[in-house]
Amino acid sequence: MVSALINVPAKAKRGEIIEIKTLMSHVMETGYRHTADGEVVPRNIITGFACRYNGVEIFRADLFPAIAANPFITFSAVATESGKFDFEWIGDNGFAETASASISVE
Amino acid sequence: MREQDKSTRRKFLGLAGGAAVLGAVPIVTLRPSEATPAMLAAAIRNVVGEAVVRTGKIKLDVPPLVENGNTVPMTVSVSNPMTPDDYVKSIHVFNEKNPQPNIGNFYLGPRAGRAQVSTRIRLADSQKIVAIARLSDDSFWSASVDVVVTLAACTEEVI
Repeated sequence: MVSALINVPAKAKRGEIIEIKTLMSHVMETGYRHTADGEVVPRNIITGFACRYNGVEIFRADLFPAIAANPFITFSAVATESGKFDFEWIGDNGFAETASASISVE
Repeated sequence: MREQDKSTRRKFLGLAGGAAVLGAVPIVTLRPSEATPAMLAAAIRNVVGEAVVRTGKIKLDVPPLVENGNTVPMTVSVSNPMTPDDYVKSIHVFNEKNPQPNIGNFYLGPRAGRAQVSTRIRLADSQKIVAIARLSDDSFWSASVDVVVTLAACTEEVI
């Protein structure tokens, strides 16, 4: 099962601002919902996201229950050199996922 | 005299309401307390401290009328250059009436190129959303938007 969807352009010109789209499949259970019996459904969310470009962190986010299920985050980056984007999600109950994408800059 | 009348009526209604609730226990679910404007202010204070927050520079894009609060597209952008000595450090988004005042914190830097973030959020009620940007000179800029939500998120029952 593919749990992460990443959209990074495969090629870019040096200095160009590229858009990065990420989607991680996750229920993002808020911890504020009840079952019909009145029991609280425990919180289970992604709490953090980070993106590294050739090892250097360029974007980071703290997420809260107010982020919709399957967190979709779009941000941008300056294409400085060919290399790799590493993405990382961490969350409740030891949730940890990584993904990566490469880019060639000319 | 009027005052007294009012309080008796209130008492009566309170008792009647309580009785109704007791009678209907199996189907009543308690709603968690929602974030209040005071909690919103506190959450903002947590981020900005004692600094002055000015309006402007930042743009918060959320549809003004939302049918389903479970997934609301949101884009925050800051009209500020992203150069090594003048850039947007972080963007913080808050709400007024979800159970929690925070929506998300986004940390950027000059390598982001453009100070713009999009995501999808949840809204439990019609309310005000506030976005605050922190620039590299530690000045804070904010924008707020009022959103009307028809179907609320976050607190509904699980079926």
